[in-house]
Amino acid sequence: MPTISFDGQEITFEPGQTIIEAAMASDLYIPHLCWHPDFPPHGSCKLCSVKVNGRICSACTFPAAEGQEVVSSSEEVRQLRLRLTQMLFVEGNHFCPSCEKSGQCELQAMGYYLGMTDNHYPHFFPVRDIDASHPHVLLDRDRCIFCELCVRASRADGKNVFELAGRGIHTRLVVDSPSGKLGDSNLDVNDRAAHICPVGAIVVKETAFRIPIGQRKYDRRTIAEVSVAEEAPLLRKRYEQKED
Amino acid sequence: MIFCPLPLRGEGTIGHVADQSGFQPYFEAIGFGRWSFIDLLFRSRSLEIDTAESLDAVAAVVDKAVSQHGTRPQHLLAVLRQIQKDCHYLPKQALQSVARRFSLPLARVVGVAEFYGFLHTQPRGEYDIYFSDCVIDVFHDSEALMQRLCHRLRLQPGAVRGDRRVSIDTTSCTGLCDQGPALLVNGWPVPRLTPTLMDAMADHIERRVPVTQWPAEWFLIEDHLCRHDLLLNTPWRPGTGLKNALRQGVGWLLEQLTASGLRGRGGAGFPTARKWQFCRETPGDHYVVCNADEGEPGTFKDRELLKHYADQVFEGMTLAAFVTGARLGFLYLRGEYECLLRPLQAALRQRRCLGLLGRNLCGLMDFHFDIEIVVGAGAYICGEESALLNSIEGLRPHPRNRPPYPVTCGLWNQPTVVNNVESFAAASLIAVHGGEWFAKVGTEKSKGTKLLSISGDCARPGIYEVPFGITVAEVLGLCGSGETLGVQVGGPAGTFVAPSDYQRRIAYEDLGTGGSFMVFGSHRDIIDIATRFAQFFAHESCGFCTPCRVGTSLQLRLMEKIRRGWATAGDIQELESLKQLLEASHCGLGHTAHNPVQHTLAHYPGHYQARLRDLDFSPGFDLDNELETARQLTGRFGDHLRQV
Repeated sequence: MPTISFDGQEITFEPGQTIIEAAMASDLYIPHLCWHPDFPPHGSCKLCSVKVNGRICSACTFPAAEGQEVVSSSEEVRQLRLRLTQMLFVEGNHFCPSCEKSGQCELQAMGYYLGMTDNHYPHFFPVRDIDASHPHVLLDRDRCIFCELCVRASRADGKNVFELAGRGIHTRLVVDSPSGKLGDSNLDVNDRAAHICPVGAIVVKETAFRIPIGQRKYDRRTIAEVSVAEEAPLLRKRYEQKED
Repeated sequence: MIFCPLPLRGEGTIGHVADQSGFQPYFEAIGFGRWSFIDLLFRSRSLEIDTAESLDAVAAVVDKAVSQHGTRPQHLLAVLRQIQKDCHYLPKQALQSVARRFSLPLARVVGVAEFYGFLHTQPRGEYDIYFSDCVIDVFHDSEALMQRLCHRLRLQPGAVRGDRRVSIDTTSCTGLCDQGPALLVNGWPVPRLTPTLMDAMADHIERRVPVTQWPAEWFLIEDHLCRHDLLLNTPWRPGTGLKNALRQGVGWLLEQLTASGLRGRGGAGFPTARKWQFCRETPGDHYVVCNADEGEPGTFKDRELLKHYADQVFEGMTLAAFVTGARLGFLYLRGEYECLLRPLQAALRQRRCLGLLGRNLCGLMDFHFDIEIVVGAGAYICGEESALLNSIEGLRPHPRNRPPYPVTCGLWNQPTVVNNVESFAAASLIAVHGGEWFAKVGTEKSKGTKLLSISGDCARPGIYEVPFGITVAEVLGLCGSGETLGVQVGGPAGTFVAPSDYQRRIAYEDLGTGGSFMVFGSHRDIIDIATRFAQFFAHESCGFCTPCRVGTSLQLRLMEKIRRGWATAGDIQELESLKQLLEASHCGLGHTAHNPVQHTLAHYPGHYQARLRDLDFSPGFDLDNELETARQLTGRFGDHLRQV
């Protein structure tokens, strides 16, 4: 099997795999927010930036190739990821202490993982709409990081409930319904799209704060540990299905 | 009198001007009857689409747009543009109807519509005006002119007047820097603005004179072809390149293109022969796309090429089709150049009549190729080839992941040749005169000539066709510049060249460029220039990836802080550190967004230093700015402070 060098370690990959898939298959974590093993790679959050033969690339979209030298855990790359995470924090309105996703949020967990102690950049304090019209699902755009996982998941659900609109820093998540409200859309609380959000932008109502502090997803494990434990098996399953 | 874009030729109308300047009128394609039912409805002051009557009107607009353009994905943008024109915005009901007709989710149509600068989901004025905010236009007083027009018409920049008669806003470079300052009114370019013209325009708008009846000379686009060489000088007869290529075969044509050393004229410089060859070798339904989305501020060469050399460009596309086997091609025309649409369509018709386009080209049984024109709607990112492909496909024009590259996986995931207007024009001549003829000019790695769009502080702005290898100093001599601060080569994404570097050469191996060449006189403020470039990138960032979406905004904030004299040394450090972040962006826009800052910082550290505050600490926010919302709400604009 062909191999790449990943942080100095030789790992094998199957032709067609991206760098993140190759790493994940070897239980090696590369930070990511918009990538999910069940959906096509997107490449927008750039948290998975790695140095491939000296050049910055997105590990989730860049194909692995024989002999590549991939650096993921250098201080330079960590610093880049830290700044990207801080950018995501300041462009939205993320009030972790009162957020029901706290402790289960990938953005927050990423901040802890990368040693983030402040926002570094000035806050943008954007004015964004909250949509509580759906009986079971809340859409809080303040927390959206434009990873489009809900967009991809809803397409997979066969519903196309979510899309991005606007441009640049004014990009916003919109809902497919005549009124633009979630309550008028055909989103069902059991849809994958209602549960895929890595942050607290799309949350299921009446489930908040049920898990006590100390037992939440990222209270005892880092995002790296959770990802390897939960996402790597999904990836393997996908490959097994493919082979069948 | 209500405004309606009617086919009015002669009598000093735009149609008349257009004929003089080489532009053909295109109103026939747009207009309703002058007193149509729909117009009457949309003119009314209380234009809310809620009555049954107005719903019918919207439905009629959509019906018309759809029947005129079609419902294939590549027609989505045209349909939306048409509705915008007829209703002065995209009413929700219209978007819903479009979504149904195109079998798309409503949210996806909204997502596309909201992306483009010239499409609006809120009502605009019946006269919709955009001033170019390109730095060259700004240096020719466009801001004062806009203020004057706004003052005359009693509205704020960026706003729509209460009676919906007029809206005034800014847009990125309109491709008229050689004859700016310029604006677009209902899509029509008006160059060479003056205070007197602003007053007259305000008067015409107040009197509700249709744009079609405005004085002809207002719309006259001058040519300014200042230096001719290989491309502009060589006589052209339609079909000569194609027939030569058909006679000698694909192999011969590729050999000639290889021998010519022709490289992509958009700036990236990929060898054209290799691109066509790769595409040919990839199996699939091939496409040929001409990138005429010339959005780099300070460029306007494609405007002239498409005006006077359109047939040559189309022949170049047909040659690419001959090599790759493509049956369909697209020319993606930037929205700002919509006035070229009619003449371009006429050029296509003429080629079809000559048997140079359509079925059985040149009488061959198995050679079919036709070209469609897709018009953009105000988005610089569409100049990025994969974003352009998404735009044609009716998707949000986010750049795609690469690999795969368009040459193997382009339009509808099929192998696609995407080339610049100038590359196709050059390819046609190479097919006639051979590769060696072309390669005689230029340098070792950059063969042939390059069209430069020269603008700014010089005596003779315009198009200069120069041999590759020419130095910046020589170019400045040609256009007649005086004392200069520097030259921006290749637009904001390119290189800022200081006088100490004027011996550098225009060539892929040194200063690669799509053609923009902005000259800045020694009296210009470098910080102001860099800030305006930062503003351009922040405005045009598509928003797909984190570093570019947030990074370009942060960069603009920092530049603004420096420009206003509030910044400290720490801000310069912060600005420099954004470079690495922007380099992690998804596409070229983000990768190059730091260039103007980086280059000006390197050449003029003193200018930056002089603006800094000698402080250890500066607040992270501007108190004055934070109070602005409260001031707007209370209507107290600081007057009370003066009373203290």
